[in-house]
Amino acid sequence: MSFESLAVSKAPRSRTDLFVSFTWLGLQGFGGVLAVVQREIVDRKQWMTLSEFAEEWALAQTLPGPNVVNLSVMFGGKHFGPTGALAAMAGLLLFPGLLMLAIVLSFQAFAHVPMVASALHGMGVAAAGMVMAAGWRFGPSLLQHPIGRPLAVALTVVSFVLAALMHWPLVKVIGLVGLVSFGLTWWRLQAKDST
Amino acid sequence: MVALASQGQYMTLALFLDLFMHFCMLSLLAVGGALAIVPEMHRYLVTDLQLLTETTFSQSVTLAQIAPGPNILLVAVMGWNIGLQAAGGFEAGWTAMGMGVLMATSLLIAAVLPSSLLSYFTVKWLQLHQHARSVRAFRSGMLPLVMGLMLSAGWLLQTASNPTMDWRLLLICALSMLLVLKTRVHLLWLMLGGAVLGAVLGL
Repeated sequence: MSFESLAVSKAPRSRTDLFVSFTWLGLQGFGGVLAVVQREIVDRKQWMTLSEFAEEWALAQTLPGPNVVNLSVMFGGKHFGPTGALAAMAGLLLFPGLLMLAIVLSFQAFAHVPMVASALHGMGVAAAGMVMAAGWRFGPSLLQHPIGRPLAVALTVVSFVLAALMHWPLVKVIGLVGLVSFGLTWWRLQAKDST
Repeated sequence: MVALASQGQYMTLALFLDLFMHFCMLSLLAVGGALAIVPEMHRYLVTDLQLLTETTFSQSVTLAQIAPGPNILLVAVMGWNIGLQAAGGFEAGWTAMGMGVLMATSLLIAAVLPSSLLSYFTVKWLQLHQHARSVRAFRSGMLPLVMGLMLSAGWLLQTASNPTMDWRLLLICALSMLLVLKTRVHLLWLMLGGAVLGAVLGL
C-alpha cells in the first residue's frame, strides 16, 4: 500500500545477487549507507519505488537497531526467507567491515599528519551533504501526504528542530512526532475509507 | 578465554560475556540507528569500564562515519580497539591483532542479531496485516518523521566535521547535496572532491 504507486519495482534474482548488491552498497556508502541505498535500490536496481522505499525505510528506522541492517534483513527476508535476510546482511557487513579495519589500521599510522585531518573534514561534510540530499528527496512524497501539505511539512520541520537543533533524545522525538503523525494519518485514512 | 593483561585491564570470560550482553541490549535500544547509541556506549566503555580512552573513542566514531559502510561498523572498531588494548597493543603482535578481530566480530554480532530478528518477524507479521488501517497509517504516517530525522542526521554529521561552522566547509556540504540532487555523479567522486578540497585549503 503506497500513497503514490506509479512505478513498478523489480526483484533480486538470487541470494548471491543480494549478497553482491549489498556488498557493493556497503562499500560505497559514506556517512552511513542511507544515501547510497536510495540511489542504488531505487534509481539503479529499481527493486523499490521511491514511495515503497519511504515506507520500508520508515519501518527500518522506527524499529530498534541499525537502520540499513534492518532494511537489508527486511528486504532479503521478503524475497528469499531467512537465508535471504542473512545473505543481504552478510553482504552489508563482511567486506565493508574488513575494509573498515584496514582504514583504522592505516589511520592509526598517519593520524599525526595535518593534511590527513583536513581531508577527513572535507570528506565528513561532503558525506553530510549526501545524507541531507537523501532526506530532501522525500519532498514530493511529503507534499502528497494524506494529512495534507501544511501539516506534513510542519511535522517534518518540528522533528528537525527537536532532533538537530535542540538535541532531544531520539526516543522522545519518535514518541512525540511519530504518535501525532500516526494519529493524524489514521484519522484521515478513516475519513477516506468511510466515504 | 585466557586472561590477558594490559594497563590494569584483563579480558576475562566474565568481562567478555558482560560486553556481549550489553551490546545485545544496545541493539534493541538503538531506536533511530547506530548513531543513537553513541552516548550510551561512551558511558559504558569509557566512563564505567575504562576499556577505551576518550581519544580512542572519538577517533573511532569519526572514522566510522567517514569510512564506507553502515554506521554500526563503529561497534566493530570499538571491539577492535578493546581487544587490541586488552592483549597489550600493537607491541604484542599477532596475538593482539587476533584478539582485536575476535572482539570486533563478537560485538558486531551482538549489536545486530537481536534487532535483526525483531525486524525479520515484524515484517512477516506486517505482511499478513498490510491492509489494516493502523498498518497503513503507521507506514505513511512516519514519512514526516523520517524526512525530518534524515535531514537532522545530515546536519549533525556536518556539525561533527565542522564544529566552528567554517563557511568553506558549509559550502562543500551544500555543493555535495546539490550535486546528489541534480546530477548522477558517483558518490565516490564527491568524497574524493571533499578530501582534496579539505586537504588543499587546509580546513
